Amino acid sequence: MKILVAVKRVPDPNATIKVRPDGTGIVTDNLKYVVNPFCEIAIEEALRIKENHGGAEVVLVSVGEQVCQEQLRTGLAMGADRAILVLQDGDVEPVIVARALAKLVEQEQPDIVMLGKQAIDDDSNVVGQMLAEMLGWGQGTFASEVKLSEDKSSAVVTREVDGGLEDVEMPLPAIITADLRLNEPRYASLPGIMKARKKELKEIPLGDLGIDQSVQVKVHKLSPPPERQAGKKVETVQELVDLLHTEAKVI
Amino acid sequence: MSNVLVFAEHLHKKFSKNALVAVGAGQAIAAQSGGECYAAVFGAGIEDLAKELSEYGVKTVFAVEHATLEHYAPDAHAQALSALAEDKGCDIVVGTASSIGKDLLPRVAVRLGAGMASDITAANDDGTLERPTYAGNAMATISIETPRKVISVRATAFEPATKSSAGTVEKVDAKIDEAALKTKFVSFDETKSDRPSLTEARRVVSGGRGLKNGENFKTVLEPLVDALGAAMGASRAAVDAGFVPNDLQIGQTGKVVAPELYIAVGISGAIQHLAGMKDSKVIVAINKDEEAPIFQVSDYGLVADLFKAVPEMKEAVEKLK
Ligand SMILES: Cc1cc2nc3c(=O)[nH]c(=O)nc-3n(C[C@H](O)[C@H](O)[C@H](O)COP(=O)(O)OP(=O)(O)OC[C@H]3O[C@@H](n4cnc5c(N)ncnc54)[C@H](O)[C@@H]3O)c2cc1C
Ligand SMILES: Nc1ncnc2c1ncn2[C@@H]1O[C@H](COP(=O)(O)O)[C@@H](O)[C@H]1O
Repeated sequence: MKILVAVKRVPDPNATIKVRPDGTGIVTDNLKYVVNPFCEIAIEEALRIKENHGGAEVVLVSVGEQVCQEQLRTGLAMGADRAILVLQDGDVEPVIVARALAKLVEQEQPDIVMLGKQAIDDDSNVVGQMLAEMLGWGQGTFASEVKLSEDKSSAVVTREVDGGLEDVEMPLPAIITADLRLNEPRYASLPGIMKARKKELKEIPLGDLGIDQSVQVKVHKLSPPPERQAGKKVETVQELVDLLHTEAKVI
Repeated sequence: MSNVLVFAEHLHKKFSKNALVAVGAGQAIAAQSGGECYAAVFGAGIEDLAKELSEYGVKTVFAVEHATLEHYAPDAHAQALSALAEDKGCDIVVGTASSIGKDLLPRVAVRLGAGMASDITAANDDGTLERPTYAGNAMATISIETPRKVISVRATAFEPATKSSAGTVEKVDAKIDEAALKTKFVSFDETKSDRPSLTEARRVVSGGRGLKNGENFKTVLEPLVDALGAAMGASRAAVDAGFVPNDLQIGQTGKVVAPELYIAVGISGAIQHLAGMKDSKVIVAINKDEEAPIFQVSDYGLVADLFKAVPEMKEAVEKLK
């Protein structure tokens, strides 16, 4: 069994993000980068499947600049077996990431592709679904539980949806995207970090994959969001309720 | 001159606000593109539902019937929706960024060879679109460069369609290649509640880790929620800890709400939480830590122990009635 995990390098969710005055992007000076939290959960799930189902190869893939190596090494230190970095400068739009992944799926023939449900920088929430359609596979998005059948021919995925939890079933190979409650990712251990240095990390220029790279969605500029002003502090509950009634007129 | 096809989702053959917002947004986008606005309802036995929607100012509502569409499943719906858009000459497909819209529309974009913009908050007159990124820390102005376009809209950012001229209803047999279907619906464990739904409520009261456990949500928070006739929400920390079900999570990666009144109780105000509620009209925070970031976006802040303040507030609210 083989599991491919798509891993994106993103700014630390705890960092304060500021838009550059010229609107061409965000201020990146001293910005710390991490594995997209949802991708970390995806890696963890792949490792658990490997541990609980009698072995599997876990292969990480990232599309981006040379520095994405750092996040792939983090995943290798968690326990993934090898990694592929599809090299491309600048932002790569989701549909092109999906095409690159589809190409690698052709080459690697995995049984499952795990992704995060959403990258916390572009907040698109589209790559897994696009990839599923490109491959003609079933999809279990926003997964909070993954159960493989005994013979590993199918999966039941519990999904976090509006209004509750939904179970869907699909044959493998399939696409699964991780939601927050799927698992608690492990930390890389020191021996894990040592071992990760020796694991294979292959680089392929995006151009070598032979996919259509024409722009579908163009980002013109970023602007800061409208600021909300802090209002007043009230001293008592009664004062609060009176103000909500007479001033704000919302109760 | 592109025509718009709106995907109108429903649950148990009832439209939620999501469907009407999608129609409202579709109409706005059609007005800009100079085309007509159509809508589609999918399912088995949904003709009455289509009729209901036809009163909201769309040209035609397509009632797309097929046994495989009875429950939502992404591959069947993607096949049917993209085939319909092609057959009816609609180059723009619009839906809501709900859990169904997010699951479905990217697949439709691939099938149509269309560029996809998700979770947009505005459609500008010059054809560009706005969408929040980085947990709402930046607004991106984007454009879809392909002739065909798929757009999911943020439900809080567009006005729902209102009843106006009546359009027609057209029954359509869905084009579905059943052999290609992979994702099968198994079951839906629905969170049952008598309260208004989170994304439709005029008032929302949310609890965070400060509530300490699920029992306190019931005994401390819920009486206030009900006194206000509000919906109940939660922070990720409260959901992760198992205090409340997952579908109450508000934020960057949960639901986005913008009610008239939002009360955050025992919630610190992390950026990921703010991303889901900072467009609310009036924000109230109750927190014992006066430095909590939630106060920076609150119209009214009360520094207090929630276990004292919330029951008091419930009493005071009831006295108003
Ligand atoms: C990838 C990612 C996605 C995320 N998505 C979301 C999301 O969608 N939604 C979301 O909410 N979060 C999200 N988060 C988590 C977010 O960063 C915060 O960790 C979370 O919002 C904190 O929840 P909280 O405010 O309830 O808990 P805390 O931050 O622990 O705050 C608890 C607050 O309660 C107050 N308090 C404690 N006791 C009392 C008392 N007796 N009386 C009054 N006040 C009291 C404290 O002063 C404190 O301010 C995400 C994080 C990541 C990394
Ligand atoms: N550049 C990238 N490299 C690798 N995986 C990515 C990349 N961009 C997106 N993904 C994957 O797709 C998921 C969803 O991203 P998005 O659709 O952009 O929100 C992420 O959690 C990743 O698993």
